[in-house]
Amino acid sequence: MIASSAPTFPHRHLLGIEGLKASDILGLLDLAEEAVTVSRQVEKKRSVLRGRTQINLFFEASTRTQSSFEIAGKRLGADVMNMAVSSSSIKKGETLLDTAATLNAMRPDLIVVRHHAAGAVHLLARKVDCSVINAGDGEHEHPTQALLDALTIRRNKGRIEGLVVAICGDVLHSRVARSNILLLQTLGARVRVVAPSTLLPAGIDRFGVEVHRNMREGLKDADIVMMLRLQRERMKGAFVPSVKEYFRYFGLDAEKLSWAKSDALVMHPGPMNRGVEIDSEVADSAQSLIREQVEMGVAVRMAVLEALARHLPNG
Amino acid sequence: MTAPKLFANARLIDPLTGRDEQGGLLVHHGLIADLGPSVKADAAPDDTEIIDCQGRVLGPGLVDMRAFVGEPGAEHRETIATATQAAAAGGVTTLVCMPDTNPAIDDPAIVDFLLRRARDTGVVRILPAAALTRGLAGTEMTEVGLLKEAGAAAFTDGARSIRNAGIFRRILTYARDFDALVMHHTEDPDLVGSGVMNAGELSSRLGLPGRHTAAETIMLERDMRLVELTGCRYHAASVTCRASLDVIRRAKEMGLPVSCGATINHLSFNEGDIGDYRTFFKLSPPLRSEDDRQALVAAVAEGLIDVVVSDHNPQDVDQKRQPFAEAADGAIGVETMLIAGLRLVHAEMLSLAGLFAAMSARPSRRLGLAGGKLAKGAPADLVELDLGAPWVLDPAQLKSRSKNTPFDGARLQGRVTRTMVGGSIVHEASSA
Repeated sequence: MIASSAPTFPHRHLLGIEGLKASDILGLLDLAEEAVTVSRQVEKKRSVLRGRTQINLFFEASTRTQSSFEIAGKRLGADVMNMAVSSSSIKKGETLLDTAATLNAMRPDLIVVRHHAAGAVHLLARKVDCSVINAGDGEHEHPTQALLDALTIRRNKGRIEGLVVAICGDVLHSRVARSNILLLQTLGARVRVVAPSTLLPAGIDRFGVEVHRNMREGLKDADIVMMLRLQRERMKGAFVPSVKEYFRYFGLDAEKLSWAKSDALVMHPGPMNRGVEIDSEVADSAQSLIREQVEMGVAVRMAVLEALARHLPNG
Repeated sequence: MTAPKLFANARLIDPLTGRDEQGGLLVHHGLIADLGPSVKADAAPDDTEIIDCQGRVLGPGLVDMRAFVGEPGAEHRETIATATQAAAAGGVTTLVCMPDTNPAIDDPAIVDFLLRRARDTGVVRILPAAALTRGLAGTEMTEVGLLKEAGAAAFTDGARSIRNAGIFRRILTYARDFDALVMHHTEDPDLVGSGVMNAGELSSRLGLPGRHTAAETIMLERDMRLVELTGCRYHAASVTCRASLDVIRRAKEMGLPVSCGATINHLSFNEGDIGDYRTFFKLSPPLRSEDDRQALVAAVAEGLIDVVVSDHNPQDVDQKRQPFAEAADGAIGVETMLIAGLRLVHAEMLSLAGLFAAMSARPSRRLGLAGGKLAKGAPADLVELDLGAPWVLDPAQLKSRSKNTPFDGARLQGRVTRTMVGGSIVHEASSA
C-alpha cells in the first residue's frame, strides 16, 4: 500500500477496542478499504512489512483467525511464523512470561497473541519490545473481529452511526460481543444485546446497551443482526436447558429475522453451529454477510499490521 | 532477670479504658508494672533502663487473627522467622497462623512442632489455628480437644469453606463442648464457581468470571442458623460487603456468640484497584465495590466488625506473574496493617483508639489472651508509633520473604518505631 493520508494510529499495541478513539478506528477502517482493493488484485503482494518478522502465538487453537493473520502478514511482505504453544512449551511447564521472553529474544517485530485467559495479552505486551496484537484473550476482547465487523457493516450500509445492531446469544462468554459493543458505541450505533439472562454478564445494564430477553423485542427495527456462537458444553443444562429449547427461542431462523427491518443483514463471527444459534437457510441467504466477514478479516488485519508497523524502529 | 524498662514521655493509648494521655510505662519481668502520667524517669528504680518515646504513641501490640505463614511446607514463600520479623516491624506481637500448610495443622504433633519452631525462630508470639477438618478436606472433624490442649488457639479450615451444612453442624456441636472458637471463611464454593473477582460491571468489562457477594452472604446466613442451633463460639473470618454486615448485626442482636473480621485490604481497596489485571489485588474473598468498602470501614468504627486482620498471604513471583485468573490469591499484610489502618485514622473515618480496639484489644479478648491492653499485670506487648512520618512504601524494604503487597508504592503516613514482646524490644526503626 502507498502511504495513506489517514492519521497515524497512536498506539504501539492493539490490545483491545477499549481506549481507542473514533478517529483511531476510522483510520484503521480506511486503511482496510485499501487492503480490500489490494487483496482483490491478482498481484496481492506488498512490501510494507518486508524484512519484518511476525509471530502468531496461539495458546488456543484457531484455524480461521490464525490463517487470516498469516495471510495478512504475508500479503504485506512479512516473514510469518506460527507457534501453537498449547502443543509445546506449556506442556513442559513453561510460563507465559517465559514464552514471552524467549520469543522476544528472537527479535520479532509483531506478535499476534491468542490466549485463553483475560488480560494475558496485556501481561505479555508489558514484557516484550515489539508490537502486540490481541487476537482474543479469554472472555475479554477480540479487537480485530470487531474491526472487521465494522468494516463489513460500513461497506454494506454506508455508515455505522445511527444503525440499530442487535448482538444475540452467548454475550456472557463472548469477547467478540465485548469488543463489538465498545466499537459500535464509539462509532455511534445503537447497540442491543439479546439473550436469556443466564447468558448475560453481570452489570450489562451499565454498558450503555439496550438489554432484551426475547428475540421479537430485540430484533424489532434492527439493521444488523449479529449472532454469537454458543459453545457445545454450555448447551446441555448448564446455561440453557437444551439445543432444542435454545434454538426455539434464540436461534435465528427466517421467521425471527422477519421481525427485524426488511433490509436487515445477518452476521456471525464463526465458526457457526448450524441449527443451534443460526438456521442454515438464514446463514446462506442473500441477507447474510458471513462470508464477506471472512474476507474483511484479512483486510482489517493487514490494516492493523501496517498501522502498528509505522511505529516500529526504522519504520 | 532483666532490669526494669521505663518507656517515658509516651502518648499512652489503651482502647479498653479509653486512656489517651501523656505518661510513662514501666515494664518488669515481661509485664506492665505501672503506667500513667505520674510514672516518670526520676521516680524509677536505680537499675531501670529508660527509653525516651519522644511523645510518640505507645499502645498495645497488635493481635493478628489471620495470617498464612507457609511453615511447614511452603518455606520458599515464608517461614516463621521471616513472618514474625515482618510482624515485629509492623507492630504485631501475636500472630494467629492458618492451618493451610503442608501438611495441614490437623494433628496435635504439628501444633507442637509449630510452637517449638516459633519458640526457636520466631520473634513475636505465634498461635497456631488448627484445622476444622482432617487435611482441610471438609469431611472429617479433627481432634478438637487434643488440638486445643496442644495449644491450638482456634479452629478453621483457613481459606476454605465447609460446603456440607450437615458436617458443619456436627463440628459446631462437638466444638462447643470444648468451648472452641470456630473461624470460618464464608464463601459458598458452588456460587463462587470459577469466579476470580467481584461480580459486576467491572468483571464483565475485564472479561473475568465474577464472584457475587451473595456467595458470602448466603453461607454466612446458613452459619448463623447453625450457631443458633449449636451455641458454638463462631467467628466469620472475613466479611467483605454491606449485606453481610446486616447478617452479623441481626445475629448479634439475637445474642448469638458470633464475631467477625475484615481484612485491611478490604478496608483499603476496592475492585477498581485491579485496574489493568493487577494480580497483587487478587484476593479471596475478592475486593468489592467502593460502597461495600465504606460500609466496612464504618462497621469497624462502630465495632460491628470486631477485628481487623492482615490476611497475610505470601505468594512468590511465579504465582503472581500470571494471567489474572490463573494467579494465586492473597497479599502480604502483617507489616503494613497498622500503617494502612492509620490512613483511615488520618482520614478521620476511625479513631486511633478504634484502630487499636480492632487490631489489638478485641482480637485478644476473642482469643482469651491476657494482652491487647495497657494495664498493670498485662504482658508488655507494645508498639511505639510515630504518627507523622510520611513515606513511600518500597516492597524491597519489607521483611517478608514474598513481596506481593498491594501497597507497592503507596504513600503512607506514620511508622512503627519500636515493637516489644514481653518487654523485649523485637523491632526498632533506625530513626527511633
